[in-house]
Amino acid sequence: MERYRILPHTADGKFRAYGRTLEEAFANAALAMASLMWDWRKIEPKIARSVRVTGTDREQLLVKFLGEVVFLLDTQRFLLAAVKDLMIREGPDGWALEAELRGDALSGRYEVYGGVKAVTYHEMRIEASDRVVVQVVVDM
Amino acid sequence: MELRKVRDNVWEIPKQGEMKVPALVYASERLLADVRQDLTLEQARNVACLPGIQRMSYVMPDAHQGYGFPIGGVAAFDLDEGVISPGGVGYDINCGVRLLRSDFLDQDITARRKELLAEIFREVPAGVGKGGVTRLSRAVLKDILARGAEWAVENGYGMKEDLERTEEYGRMGEADPDALSDRALERGVPQLGTLGAGNHFLEIQKVQEVLDKEAAAAFGVEGAGQVLVMIHCGSRGLGHQVATDYIELMGNAFGVKGLPDRELVNAPFRSELGRRYYRAMSAAVNYAFANRQMIAHWVRDVFAKVLGSAKGMRQVYDVCHNVAKVEQHVVGGRSRDLCVHRKGATRSFGPGRAEIPEAYRAAGQPVIIPGSMGTASYLLVGTGEAEELSFGSTAHGAGRVMSRHEALRRFRGEQIRDDLARRGIELKSTSWKGVAEEASAAYKDVDEVVRVSHEVGLGRLVARLVPVGVMKG
Repeated sequence: MERYRILPHTADGKFRAYGRTLEEAFANAALAMASLMWDWRKIEPKIARSVRVTGTDREQLLVKFLGEVVFLLDTQRFLLAAVKDLMIREGPDGWALEAELRGDALSGRYEVYGGVKAVTYHEMRIEASDRVVVQVVVDM
Repeated sequence: MELRKVRDNVWEIPKQGEMKVPALVYASERLLADVRQDLTLEQARNVACLPGIQRMSYVMPDAHQGYGFPIGGVAAFDLDEGVISPGGVGYDINCGVRLLRSDFLDQDITARRKELLAEIFREVPAGVGKGGVTRLSRAVLKDILARGAEWAVENGYGMKEDLERTEEYGRMGEADPDALSDRALERGVPQLGTLGAGNHFLEIQKVQEVLDKEAAAAFGVEGAGQVLVMIHCGSRGLGHQVATDYIELMGNAFGVKGLPDRELVNAPFRSELGRRYYRAMSAAVNYAFANRQMIAHWVRDVFAKVLGSAKGMRQVYDVCHNVAKVEQHVVGGRSRDLCVHRKGATRSFGPGRAEIPEAYRAAGQPVIIPGSMGTASYLLVGTGEAEELSFGSTAHGAGRVMSRHEALRRFRGEQIRDDLARRGIELKSTSWKGVAEEASAAYKDVDEVVRVSHEVGLGRLVARLVPVGVMKG
């Protein structure tokens, strides 16, 4: 199955990510966003970073999850290669997500060609029917 | 979208539905055709629906679609009944431009141009994930957030005189470092003194043509061939995180239901959260001022090292183009304090305003408009009319017309480098793909943008600048 598709957007980065489940679609969204900055297929999945975020709704959960990838790049020069064991739960106080991110630290081996500044709610869509589709615009 | 032509280069979206005021678009027919391609006009209309908005929701000549507010949007709000919105400032808080002048002529540096650019490239960290030269402690970072460019000058980066020639004198006094999250601070620590990536750049330029001798002379710009340096960057991850944090906090506190776009989330200016955002945003503004101050210092160092002196390398000015500020403007015949949001728009104050340094008060504020990579940039001067027309604002650059994705499909970075080289322009970058994304064909025609600014009276032409050396993050 197609993981994601990059869509045209005048100033920023826009993509749709797909999955059989919300979990799979969120994981693919992280790879789609990474593809705007580096080729995640070429990154060695050597380092693991666990992330845990909460959100009042699914949209906020997605913004904060993708925000972790940007945060790890800025603070630890971490380049995402893969998303493992992503779990989403809906509780009485909202939504929670846990996942393990695999990747490597930025070095001369890798080319980073773009920078995502932030993840936005602009034109965000999360749709679930026979498959889950999420659409995100990121500020570049 | 229904547009009424008011006069040449001025179009109105009449007040309708939920709009509290009309929206006003400054664009030529050609620029308007671009603007109509995306959501710019819908976004300007959405801004006109926000509580406490005054006069009009304005759209600058270089506008394009943003998220929530358009890029190139200007909106001012009543302090008691109005709001403050992180989306009206943008993620890159105090993204801005600094211009240095020099006594060098292009022919003085031609032989050393390559070396100059290579040295600057070595001294000024750039590119995604590239850290700064110093590892800051939290305490020092907080000092920088409180004091902006003042901190930088006190620590040996540049001259006191630079502060006078910086918007807000390089420091917003309302800044409160404690209004920032740990995450924002953590992102700020490794990135101080870095250019970043995307559309951020540093250029060695020369004056191609002086268009207003008197204003140019006031700004230290003397004539064709004079070498200048332009620095375009912002508050890096720290500012992005401040925006992200407060969009979340305001959404949680005030809700997002009924907003046509969640990025329009806002808080009453006088609310605890509204004030806290203003103090956090001001701290991010200061970080960006310190950032550009340090980079300017390194550029002078390189000139001194390579050419033997940093001859007359005074700062012309430093402007913010993503910011919200409390300013006095006349509305309904009386002067009032308003919270003016400029997102992808430059302050353009005319002669006499107290905010302008004494040296420029008779001439008006210098306005610096960077072009796209490898094309012309402009120096303009603010006008008195702009206060009436746009709360004292004009354009901020060229404005994109083509997506990065499409630019990557159409252009090759190495090809662009070779084309520029044929035109006598050196290029250095951390990524050829990044260069392709920033191809000048992906941008509007900056000449057309500043022509409209000049004709309408938002900001008048002073000089046309062209690059001789480009460093892209």
